[in-house]
Amino acid sequence: MNKKNPASAYDIISINEDDERHTLSIIVDDEPGVLARVIGLFAARGFNIDSLTVSETESKQQLSRITLVTSGSPSVIEKIKVQVDRLVSVHRVADLTADYGQYGALERELALIKVKGTGNKRLEALRLAEAFDAQTVDASLDSFVFQITGRTREIDRFINLMASVGLTEVSRTGVAALKRGAGST
Amino acid sequence: MGKKITGAEMVIQTLHDQGVESVFGYPGGAVLPIYDAIFQQENVKHILVRHEQGASHAAEGYARSTGKVGVLIVTSGPGATNAVTGLTDALLDSIPIVCISGQVPTHLIGTDAFQEADTVGITRACTKHNWLVKDIKDLPRIMHEAFYIARSGRPGPVLVDIPKDIQFAEGEYENLSKTTHKTYTPPNTIDGKAVSAVVDLMQRAKKPIIYSGGGIINSGPKASKLLQKFVQKTNMPITSTLMGLGAYPGSGDNWLGMLGMHGTYEANMAMHDCDLMLCIGARFDDRITGKIDEFSPKSKKVHVDIDATSINKNVEVDLSIIADCGKFLNEALKIIEKRNNKFQSFDLWWKQIDSWKKVNCLQYKANSDVIMPQYAIQRLYELTKNKDTYITTEVGQHQMWAAQFYKFDKPNRWLTSGGLGTMGYGFPAANGVQVAKPDALVIDIAGDASILMNIQELSTAVQYQLNTKIFILNNSYMGMVRQWQQLLHGNRISESYSDSLPDFVKLAEAYGATGIRAKKPAELDDAILEMIDTPGPVIFDCVVANLENCFPMIPSGKAHNDMLLGENVSDEEVAKAIDDDGKIMV
Repeated sequence: MNKKNPASAYDIISINEDDERHTLSIIVDDEPGVLARVIGLFAARGFNIDSLTVSETESKQQLSRITLVTSGSPSVIEKIKVQVDRLVSVHRVADLTADYGQYGALERELALIKVKGTGNKRLEALRLAEAFDAQTVDASLDSFVFQITGRTREIDRFINLMASVGLTEVSRTGVAALKRGAGST
Repeated sequence: MGKKITGAEMVIQTLHDQGVESVFGYPGGAVLPIYDAIFQQENVKHILVRHEQGASHAAEGYARSTGKVGVLIVTSGPGATNAVTGLTDALLDSIPIVCISGQVPTHLIGTDAFQEADTVGITRACTKHNWLVKDIKDLPRIMHEAFYIARSGRPGPVLVDIPKDIQFAEGEYENLSKTTHKTYTPPNTIDGKAVSAVVDLMQRAKKPIIYSGGGIINSGPKASKLLQKFVQKTNMPITSTLMGLGAYPGSGDNWLGMLGMHGTYEANMAMHDCDLMLCIGARFDDRITGKIDEFSPKSKKVHVDIDATSINKNVEVDLSIIADCGKFLNEALKIIEKRNNKFQSFDLWWKQIDSWKKVNCLQYKANSDVIMPQYAIQRLYELTKNKDTYITTEVGQHQMWAAQFYKFDKPNRWLTSGGLGTMGYGFPAANGVQVAKPDALVIDIAGDASILMNIQELSTAVQYQLNTKIFILNNSYMGMVRQWQQLLHGNRISESYSDSLPDFVKLAEAYGATGIRAKKPAELDDAILEMIDTPGPVIFDCVVANLENCFPMIPSGKAHNDMLLGENVSDEEVAKAIDDDGKIMV
């Protein structure tokens, strides 16, 4: 970001604050265009989207849950929450960041990771997969596809290690999150 | 359950059930069923505009002057895209309007059909909410939700896109005008404790100021009355944004004039030096704050707004209340009365303010040969202030002079494009007001450039014999553009000279309206009186000094206490007023 010529008023305010990563759970009416409303807001106001998952979760009530990971200064995160909450189709917004709030929340992500190689690299890839509890879901003479689930940073670590043993392709689902304990979002 | 009627009939029935008397629109292929339904009823009057942008601003004018929801009907494709500017304007200025757009039949959606546009996609960013109706069963609910969402909470524009087959389809209609919404719940309570805390702050304050905005107007006339009582009770000085003019009388004792970029010296200095800022229904817009990190450095700031997203958006405040402005004022007055509060004496503060007032920041050099634009507004004010007058404006220097020199004593009398700054807003908006208030004197204060942006609406005014008056401050320039070119582009007047202007008197006559021209200060009063007395639409071509600039001014990138005043500003000062940091600002 160019601090001297900030692109928007949001940038001006965020200069002195460190960015934080937050996982937001956005409960919306399952209707056409609702995802476009949410991500359109992020684009229009210059907010970040690090990952995004969306699916119908309560079909009787026709509700969908958008789980969105964003980053920004605390004041920007606050702005994101009220802006999203203002959208007519949004029922509620909850902060499901793992270490946020009284009980925190659970965050999980799934990734498919393809590595290519032979010999020692191939063996090392298998050993690492075992150490990370990753499943082998596809194998050929010169490749593996591993499936790993876990928190974002564990998956990041796994992918980083795989880079040195022949990583060729990654597909990630983005974060799914739920509140801990009996209470719901 | 009601009887079966067509979708088109449901649209008209909803308008009637929602108390809509007049709508503005333009027919086309995809709305023909609705126009057929309009033809066969008498409850809702349709005003034919000449361009859909005109319909959108007319609906805004209707809404702003009455406090009701304004309605426009447009066809698919270009009809809808032409309305986008008005929808965006209404979004930024929080004006409740419902746009009903036709759409190609459901089975053709997505095929690039004739006059097809992704209207809900295009308008998603410029409406509070929008709908594409895909089933006749949903139409009554959506229509009534549209009105509810447009007018409640922070008001705004909504759009209902109705495919042609849905307009033809039959279904059961139910009057759902008392409807609410399952996910949308605007604030309707107030936190009494927070209001008490505000009153506590007021008691300790020595240099308080009220900074009010369009939220008071949107809250309804009662909020303006409460504001006047609140000011009277507390003796606090009050300033307002462009959008809030008229909530507190412009002739009132505690009035400091408008604040911000072209606000008064006293208002901006008081904002800068105050120790308590009470912002009611305004949003710390960049035209108001100037340089944000030097904005009112010594004050505690309280922000009352019905929209949570406005809080801490541009300026961090110490105390915020998310509620309707009228509710806040009512609650605050109750607490003040119950406590029988004694406030600090603000004598010293008022003395300071009076010394700022003595600067006489709105003075200009009078001229007996040429009409000064400020003088024209002053005369217009004097000759119309005792009438039932509504003023609209376009955007530019004339708009700022109108805000500075026309004093509004009542709310809903001042209609201007504040947030979006839409040239071409004023005239169609004035037509919208005149439709709602046929007996009022409605004047669009315009510039020679702005008026040409929607001049075609003169045809509408003539058709319905609306008495709308267009008062053009004609300086042959896009004056505000030229002023900025002088300020920060080395006086290179790039493309801002209004070359080849039409003869406005002949133009009026060509449309079947009346044209009047004044060139000398001595003939101004008589000409204005003639304009007022002439029935039907009138274009008043007021030929004013060409190169006058609008002062005072906070140059962009500067703080409130760093204003340029008109009288003593040299050309060199003007040229150097904005430094490099300020140049990137708009």
